[in-house]
Amino acid sequence: MLTVQDLQGSRRRRRRERTMRVVFQLAAVASMLISILILVVLVRGSINFLRLVDWDLGLLSDTGWFPRRERFDLRTIFVGSVVMGVVAMFVAVPFGLGTAVYLSEYAPRRVRRVVKPIIEILAGIPSVVVGFFVLSFIAPDVVNNLFDEPAGAKTMLAAGLGIGILVIPIMASVSEDALSAVPNSLREASYGCGARKASTVMRVVLPASVSGIVAASIIAVSRAIGETMVATMAAGYDGSGPYEGWNPLNPGLSMTGAMTNAAGGTDATRGGAPFEALFLVGLLLFLITLGLNVVGDRFVQRVRQKY
Amino acid sequence: MSIVTPASAGRTARDVVTASLTRRERDVTGIVLLVLLLLASGLTMLVLFTLLTQIFVEALPVFQEQGVDFLTGTIGSDPATSGIWPGLYGSLFIGMGVVLVAIPLGVAAAVYLEEYARTTNRVTRLVLVNIRNLAGVPAVIYGVLGLTIFVNWLEPVTQGETVVTAALTMAVLVLPIVIITSMEAIRAVPQGLRDAGYGVGASRWEVTRHHVLPYAAPGVLTGTVLSIARALGEAAPLIIIGAITGLLPATSVTGRFTAVPMLIYNWSGRPDSPEAEIGWANAAAAAGLVLLVLVILFNTAAILLRNRFEKRRTGT
Repeated sequence: MLTVQDLQGSRRRRRRERTMRVVFQLAAVASMLISILILVVLVRGSINFLRLVDWDLGLLSDTGWFPRRERFDLRTIFVGSVVMGVVAMFVAVPFGLGTAVYLSEYAPRRVRRVVKPIIEILAGIPSVVVGFFVLSFIAPDVVNNLFDEPAGAKTMLAAGLGIGILVIPIMASVSEDALSAVPNSLREASYGCGARKASTVMRVVLPASVSGIVAASIIAVSRAIGETMVATMAAGYDGSGPYEGWNPLNPGLSMTGAMTNAAGGTDATRGGAPFEALFLVGLLLFLITLGLNVVGDRFVQRVRQKY
Repeated sequence: MSIVTPASAGRTARDVVTASLTRRERDVTGIVLLVLLLLASGLTMLVLFTLLTQIFVEALPVFQEQGVDFLTGTIGSDPATSGIWPGLYGSLFIGMGVVLVAIPLGVAAAVYLEEYARTTNRVTRLVLVNIRNLAGVPAVIYGVLGLTIFVNWLEPVTQGETVVTAALTMAVLVLPIVIITSMEAIRAVPQGLRDAGYGVGASRWEVTRHHVLPYAAPGVLTGTVLSIARALGEAAPLIIIGAITGLLPATSVTGRFTAVPMLIYNWSGRPDSPEAEIGWANAAAAAGLVLLVLVILFNTAAILLRNRFEKRRTGT
C-alpha cells in the first residue's frame, strides 16, 4: 500500500530543503538586523554625547559649530545642509526633469540609446571625483568669477552645484519612470482632440505624472542632504565654523561635513564630546533622510497604483 | 484666434476651413519647450564632458612623468613621485569584501523574498520596506555603523581600523542594492519555468538552484557589478572608520589602510609649492582618473550585460 512516507521523498532531500530555507531566511533577516543596529548605534552614541555635555541643550544653540570648544550649534550645520540642498535642487530639478521629459517624450530611439547610458555613467561618477571637480573647476572658474569672490574662496554655492550634478541622474531616472508610466492612451486622446506635442506634454503628461515627479524631487533632496564628500571638500569650513546664515556665497558646514570631521581626527581625539557629537548628528541625518525617503516612497507607490 | 465668419471676411466657409487647415503657423511654444529640453539634456552632458576633460587634462602631466609607476608606487610627500599602490590595495580588498560578503548574502535574501516568502505576510512586507529604506540611508551613516560594530565591537576579528573593516562596511553599504537588483532579476524569470520544474517533482530549492538562478544570473551579475562600482567610489564611510589620509608606506591586512577615493579626497585640498610643475591637484586628478576608469569600466560592463539580457528576454 502507498503511504504518505513514500511520497515525501528521501529524508536527506527534505533535510536539505529545510536547511536552504533557513539559510535564505537568515539572509533576509540580516537586512533587518542592519537597520536595528544602525538605530542602536546612533541612539546609544547620542545619549553618550548628551551625557558628556550634561544634557545641556543650551550648547546646541550657540554662535556656531566649534566641537573643540564644546560649542555644538546644530542650527549652523542644519542651515548649511539645507542651503547646499536647495542649491543642489536648483541644478537637479531643471536638468534632471528636462532630461527625463526629453528622453521619454521627444528623443528618437537612436538618441535615447546614446543619452541614457551617458546619464548612467554620470550616475556612476564617485562623489570624491565631483568634489575634486568642484575644487579645481566650479569654484575657481565658475562661481568665484561670476560673483567676484577672491580666487581661493570656498562657498556653499559651489558645493551645492557639485551636489546638484551628483543628484541629476537620480532625479532624471525616477522622473523618467514616472513619465513612462503615463499610459499612451492619454497622449493619444490629447492628440485626438487636436492638441500639439507641447500642450500634450505640458497639460496632459506632466500633470498625470506629478506625483512621480514630486517623489523624484523628494528622493533627490534626501540624497543631496546625505551627500558627504562634496560638502566636506568644497563647502568651506573644515570641521568648525560660525553660524553664517542663509547666504550661499558664504562658506559653510553641512551635517555630513561635521560628521566626517568629527571622526577624521587622530586617535587622541576619539572619545570625548567633540567626537561623540558624530552620533547625534548622524541620528538627526538618519531621521531626516528616512523621513524624506518614506514620503518619497509613498508618492512612488501612488504612481504605481494609479496606472 | 479670432472668429472669422464667412460674412465678415467676404469669403465662403469653405475658404476659411481650407485656409486654417493648410496655413503654416509656427508652433512657438512647442519650439521653446523643445529648445529648453534640449538645453537641459545638452548641458547635463556638457557638464559630464567638462568633468572628464578637466580630470584628464590635469592628470596627464602625472602620467607623462611617472607612467605605470604611479599605480605601483607608494604614497610619498612629493606629488611628482607619489604613487597610489596602497590605495589600490585597499580598494581591491573592498571589492573582494563586496564579492565575498554582500553578494552571497544579498542573493540569498533576494531568493528568500522572491521564491519563499509570501508577499501578503506582514513580516515580509516589513522586510521589503526596510530594504528600500536601507538603500536610501546616506553612506556616512554606514561609516558610523562600521566604526562602532567592526572597529570597536568586533575588534578581535577585524583588528580595528584595517582593510577587513573597510571591506565589511562597504559590503553592508551595498547589500540593499544587491538585494533589490537580484530581486528584480529573479522576478523577471517566467513563472512557466518554475511550474515546469515543480511539475516534474522538483523541490523548491531544486527549482531555485537549477531553473531560477541560472535564468536570473545575468541580471544578478549586473547588480553585482554595479554594487562593486559603487563600493569602489565611496569615500565617506572610509573617513569615519579611520582610513589613513596621509603617508602609508606599507600595506598589510592587519595594519591601517587607505583607498583610492581617500587619496583623491586628501590630495585635492593640499597646498602646493608655487614652483612645482606637478602639484597635488595633478596627483589627485590622476588618482581620480584611475578611479573613474575603474568605475566606468564596471558600469559599462553592467549596462552591456543588461542590454544583452533584455534582448534575450524579448527573444523568448
